[in-house]
Amino acid sequence: MLKKSGSVFILVAMILTLAIGAGGATAAPKAQVTELTIFWAQWPPADYLQEIGNRYEAETGIKVNVVQEPWGSFYDVMAAEWAAKGDAYDMVVGDSQWLGQGAEQGHYLELTDFMVENGIHETVTPATLQFYGEFPAGSGRYWAYPTEGDAVGWAYRKDRLEDPEEMAAFEAEYGYPLAVPETWDQLRDIAEFFYRPDENVYGVGVYTQKDYDGMIMGYENVMFSWGVDWWGEGNQVIGVVNSEEAVEALEFYKELYGFAPPGTNNAFYTEMNSVFVNGQATMIMNYFAFLPDLLNPEVNPYADVTGYFAGPAGPYGDRYTALGGQGMSVLNYISDERKQASLDFIKWFASDEVQQQWADVGGYTCNIAVLESEEFLTNTPYNAAFADSMTFVKDFWNIPAYGELLEPAQRYINGYVVGNVGTAKEALDNMAIEQHEILVEAGVLEE
Amino acid sequence: MSQANAQALSPQSAAAAPPRQRRQTSDRAIAWLFITPTIVLLVVMNIFPLFYSLYLSFNDYSVIGSEPPKWVALDNYEKILTSERQRYWHNFTVTGRYALLSVGLQLIIGFGLAMLLREKFRGSGLITTLILIPMMLSPVVVGLFWKLIFDPSKGFFNYLIYTNPRGGAEWLSDPTLGLWSIVIVDVWMWSPFVMLLCLSGLSAIPDYLYEAAAIDRASAWFQFRRITLPQVMPLLLIAVLFRTIEAFKAFDVVMGLTGGGPGDTTETVAVRLYSEAFLGKFRTGESSALAYIVLIIIIAISNLYIRALNRAREG
Repeated sequence: MLKKSGSVFILVAMILTLAIGAGGATAAPKAQVTELTIFWAQWPPADYLQEIGNRYEAETGIKVNVVQEPWGSFYDVMAAEWAAKGDAYDMVVGDSQWLGQGAEQGHYLELTDFMVENGIHETVTPATLQFYGEFPAGSGRYWAYPTEGDAVGWAYRKDRLEDPEEMAAFEAEYGYPLAVPETWDQLRDIAEFFYRPDENVYGVGVYTQKDYDGMIMGYENVMFSWGVDWWGEGNQVIGVVNSEEAVEALEFYKELYGFAPPGTNNAFYTEMNSVFVNGQATMIMNYFAFLPDLLNPEVNPYADVTGYFAGPAGPYGDRYTALGGQGMSVLNYISDERKQASLDFIKWFASDEVQQQWADVGGYTCNIAVLESEEFLTNTPYNAAFADSMTFVKDFWNIPAYGELLEPAQRYINGYVVGNVGTAKEALDNMAIEQHEILVEAGVLEE
Repeated sequence: MSQANAQALSPQSAAAAPPRQRRQTSDRAIAWLFITPTIVLLVVMNIFPLFYSLYLSFNDYSVIGSEPPKWVALDNYEKILTSERQRYWHNFTVTGRYALLSVGLQLIIGFGLAMLLREKFRGSGLITTLILIPMMLSPVVVGLFWKLIFDPSKGFFNYLIYTNPRGGAEWLSDPTLGLWSIVIVDVWMWSPFVMLLCLSGLSAIPDYLYEAAAIDRASAWFQFRRITLPQVMPLLLIAVLFRTIEAFKAFDVVMGLTGGGPGDTTETVAVRLYSEAFLGKFRTGESSALAYIVLIIIIAISNLYIRALNRAREG
C-alpha cells in the first residue's frame, strides 16, 4: 500500500510538471523578434517561400519558418486559429476569398497605410491588388500583399495541334486553320475534333470537382468570358448570375465537359494533370501553379510537345480567367513587435529585387516590373501566358459569407454539368434564389 | 527496505518508542487517484463538448465569427425540420435509402458467406482471413481506390460487367448509379463483419438440434427456418444495429467516391453536417442541432433494434 509520503511525492511531481509546462507555455514574448512564422498551404510555392525566407535570415538574422498545411485542412486550421485568437503564426498566405472574413472579423491587420506609404500598392498589377489585397472591392483598403499570383491557364498537346494531317482535316471540317484557340468557340471545335473515345483520345479536361470550389473555378472562366459576373448593381444576383448569357455560358461549359475524358466527373487540378500526362486529354485547364509538373519529362512523357496558352475570349468580346493564388496578411493577434517584424519582412519581400528572386525560384510574382521583364517572360514556356492572364483575372465573392454562397453554386452547377440534373436555366435560377437569400441574411443585400 | 522488515529487525526500539502515527492511504483514495485522470479526460474531451454542443445547438453561432453565441431557442431545429430550402429532408432520404440498401445487402451477403464457411474445409481459415481484409482497411483509402476501380476508362469495374467497357456506365457521375456505387463499396467492405458475427452465432448452435431434426426427417429449409435462423437472430440483429448506426454516419467513403455529387444526389446527412460545420460555412449552431437530430434518430433506431433483440432472445 502506498504511504502518504509516496502520494505526496507523486502529487508534488505532477504539480511541478504542470508548473514547468505552464510556465513554458506562458513565457512572455521577447521584445526582440528572432523568428517569424508564415502559414500556407502545402504545395511547391510554400517551399519556394521557405527558400526566400532563408535568404531573409541570411540578411537579417531573423529566422523565417513557413508552416505548411495540406489544402484540405488549410482553411480549417486557419479558422480554428482565428477563433482562438491565437498567435501561433505571424503571417498567413491566405486565399483571396478569406479577405472579407479576415478584414471584417478583425483577424487581419490593415495594411493600407503601410502599403501606400511604402509605395508597395503600385508595384503589383491592379487586378492582383484588387483581388488578393483589397476589401471591400474598390475601397482602397488593403489587407494582404499579393504574393502568389495564379489564374487558370491552359496546356495543350502541340504534337496534335501542329500535326499537318490533323491540321488539314480540321480545316476541311471547320473551315479555318487549326491553331491555339483565341476564342472559346475555337476551343470547343478543337475539343470536339479531338474527341475520339475509340482511340482513348479526348478533347479537353475541365474542372468539375464537387467537394469544395473546383466546379466554380472551372465554370467561372466561361461565365466571366460571356460577360457575366457574380454580382450586379447593389450586389444583386437575381437576373445577373442567371441571365441569358449565364445560361448560354453554362450550357457551353456542359458541352465542353462532353468532350472530356471519362472519369473526370469530380476533377480538379490533380485530375487535370493526370488526364494530360496519361495522353488522354488534348487540352486541359489548370492553375498555373500546377503547370510546372508538366515540364518534367519524368512526370509528363509529352513534356517536350506540351504548349501553354492563356484563357480565350468569349463570344461578346469579354476575356477573363478565374483567379487562383493568395496574398500575404499579418495576423492581428500577435504582439506589436511581431507585427512590425512581419511588416518589415513584407517590405523586403515586395521589393523588385526580391520579387525577381521569388520568380526565379518558382514563385508566381504579381510585381509589374518582374512580370514585364524579358527574363521572366522567357523563363518558362508558360510564363508569358501567366503574365498575360494576370491582366484579366476575376474572382468569386470574398465577403465573409463566401462559403455559403459557394455551396449552392457548386451543387447546382455540378448537378447540371455532371449529373444532367434539370436544365441550365433551372440550375442558375435556383442558385440565384439561394444566393439572394444568403446575401439578404448576411446583410449584404436588402430584401 | 519495507516497514515490516525494519520492525522485525529492531523489536526493542519499536517497543521503546511510541509508534508514530503514520496514516495509510486508503483503498478508496488510491482508487480515486487512478480514476481521476480518466474522469478529467472524459469530462474535458467528451462530456463537456457534448453538453456545450447541445447548448450551441440552441444558439446562432459560428466558431470562427467574432460574435458570441446568440440564443435562438429552437430556431435551428425548426429550420432543419421544416425549411424546404435547407434540403435536410433530402439528406435524410438519401441516408435512409443508403442505409436500407447497404445494410440489407450486407445482411444477405454476410449471412450467405457465413453459411458457406460454416463447414470447415481445407483452406477455409485462409479464405475467411482473406474475406475479412476489406473491413480492416481505412475507409478513406477504400474510397479512393474504388474511385479508380469505377473509373470508366481506367477502372476494371466496367470491364467486369460490360462487353464494351468504354460504352459502360459512369458510375460516379450518374445521379442514380452514384448512390449504388457507394452501396457497393460499403457492402464490399462490411459484409465480412456481418459474416464474422454470423459465423460465431452459427458455431454456437449445438449439433444435437440438427441431429434431432434429422431424426424427425425435417427438411433442410425447415432446419434453416426453425433452428439456424432463430439461433443466429440475436447476432444478426446486433450486426444490423451496428451497421445501421454506421450507415447514418457514412462520410469517408462518400467523400472519397463522390463528394456528395453529382449535385447533391449522394449527399448523406454526415456529409451535409460536415459541409455546414466546416467548408467555409462554419454554421456551428445549426450543425450542432443537426448532429443532435441525427443522434436522436440513431438512439430511436437502436432502441427499436434492442427491443427486437430482447424479443429474439426471449423467444
